[in-house]
Amino acid sequence: MNRNTPNLKLMSGNEACAEAAIAAGMRFFAGYPITPSTEIAELLARRLPRVNGVFIQMEDEIASMASVIGASLTGVKSMTATSGPGFSLMQENIGFAIMAEIPCVVVNVQRGGPSTGLPTNPAQGDVMQARWGTHGDHQSIVVAPGTVNQVFEWTIKAFNFAEYYRTPVTILLDEIVSHINEKTIVPDPSNLEIINRRYTTRTPGEYIAYQNNSRLIPEFADFGRGYRYHVTGLSHDEYGLPSNHPETVDRLIRRLNDKIEANRQKIVEIRSEYTEDAETYVIAYGSTARSARFAVKAYRAKGKKVGFIQPLVLWPFPGMEIAELTRNARHIIVPEMNLGQIAPEIECACARPVIKVNRVDGRMITPEDILARL
Amino acid sequence: MFPYEKYTRRQRLPHIWCAGCGCGIILKAVLRAVNRSGFDRNKIVFVSGIGCSSRTPGYMDFDTLHTTHGRALAFAAGIKLARPDLKVVIITGDGDACAIGGNHFIHAARRNLDLTVILYNNRIYGMTGGQSSPTTPYGDKATTAPYGSIEPDLDVCRIAAAAGAVFVARSTCYHATQLDKLILRAMNKKGFSLIEVLSPCPTYYAHPNRLGTSLDLLIGYKQNSIAIEKARRSDPSALKDKIITGIIHETERPEFSEEYHKLQQRLDEDRRLR
Repeated sequence: MNRNTPNLKLMSGNEACAEAAIAAGMRFFAGYPITPSTEIAELLARRLPRVNGVFIQMEDEIASMASVIGASLTGVKSMTATSGPGFSLMQENIGFAIMAEIPCVVVNVQRGGPSTGLPTNPAQGDVMQARWGTHGDHQSIVVAPGTVNQVFEWTIKAFNFAEYYRTPVTILLDEIVSHINEKTIVPDPSNLEIINRRYTTRTPGEYIAYQNNSRLIPEFADFGRGYRYHVTGLSHDEYGLPSNHPETVDRLIRRLNDKIEANRQKIVEIRSEYTEDAETYVIAYGSTARSARFAVKAYRAKGKKVGFIQPLVLWPFPGMEIAELTRNARHIIVPEMNLGQIAPEIECACARPVIKVNRVDGRMITPEDILARL
Repeated sequence: MFPYEKYTRRQRLPHIWCAGCGCGIILKAVLRAVNRSGFDRNKIVFVSGIGCSSRTPGYMDFDTLHTTHGRALAFAAGIKLARPDLKVVIITGDGDACAIGGNHFIHAARRNLDLTVILYNNRIYGMTGGQSSPTTPYGDKATTAPYGSIEPDLDVCRIAAAAGAVFVARSTCYHATQLDKLILRAMNKKGFSLIEVLSPCPTYYAHPNRLGTSLDLLIGYKQNSIAIEKARRSDPSALKDKIITGIIHETERPEFSEEYHKLQQRLDEDRRLR
């Protein structure tokens, strides 16, 4: 690409995330300062008041998540950004957004944990928390971009998923992809595919807030437009009113799961390279995919038959797609900046053991770390 | 007879509250206040947390949001900032607002966001079966204070005033006709307003403390209440254990969503001048 192309910018992952969110139509951000996500809030504090949007620094991450849900109920695309400790605090209200089917996007820039851990160092230790952090049976949509370009693209997609499926979506970044500055293609707004929530065409008198349909996703009505309906985190009937009737509860919980599960193939995405004759695969996500791809390229240059797979969506897990690609592989290598959170998913999907490459010392996994295992 | 049915979700009745509970008295006062307010009912949102009090919006035919424990004010902040034209009323209780939601309460008052908070104070956690709350009086029994509470109780009106609320009032379920007037005043006040309402819990507060029936608690509210105007003229020693009612604090401060709108306009003008 020509260096003078006007839509090329030098951007960090955090900047790309904030800009992409605005491009997606996000007009409400609530957050609380936390390293290494703070730049997202700082940038949006400058940008949002200029685009008729709202920025507010709340008193903690619990409140941030709560006000994001409140704003989204009025029809405004809403987002918060945090890191591990804040993500832990948000879990209860993330569950509320799942239960009440309120679209919203949560960015978690992963740092070393558990607890305060390593505030300024990268990690990928929140993969399972992003899946199962909130209590109860539920599905989660989690995306994990590894380059600044991918951050831009997948922030837009995260909003599309949230709006379409009426559920919270987590963007799982890490300290490396958030703080790295890269040449980034900023797409022309007219070229972006933006999906908005589907509104009811019914009149207030006819509207049933959580009525099921063939899509399994109820149609939305903004608060403050005369529809006068109830929203609760309690198990509820199609009117949104609390119910502990076994059939009603069973139907609700299954529908909440099915609306994601039935659309799994439309949500999952993997990127793959050098797969045609590969005997060994390196499967990595987030910033670790950068080192993995580098290692694969270096090994290919030596004529070795090695392939690269990057799941861009972690949950729902693209297990079937990975199993299909790696069917004839002799070895699968899974580097992660944790002690192995995605590796068991791959082992389960492919029904075979994988070779794990793990670091939990606050340092990135280098191409050399991976090459040593190839 | 006031047409309460006009504003309730009849299919939700009967309600879940115990016989003698004060929640219904407050619900009716809220509906009378709304009716007199002249606000478009399609532009009023009721937001609640968790607890007996917080079940109130479920019975009301408005846009109603029943949130997580303690967080009603934070959800409400998102609604109000995204849609400043809506009137947002929060229904909460002493445990919800003063314990788990204490942080949000202080900061909502500090920002002076235009929210009206109606806080039902029954001095106990009713929904979970009678545990002590921040407003359980010293010495009173609860299931988690079986030998009597050894914690001092909280004056939430003083907290609200100190944190920056522009309207703070207290009433009781005995003073039902005063209550709707205070709620109306609070709804018409721009900024953060609080009405604390003493509410009888016969099941989990009166019974374990041998305080009699709900009626005994209501008579107690009558006998122990003192209007703020009279309290100001009284010797402080005479106010011990008294319930001070009426408008306790009222002032004027810039409202947060208006301040935010002004910021947006200023940035807009700067851009046009440039």
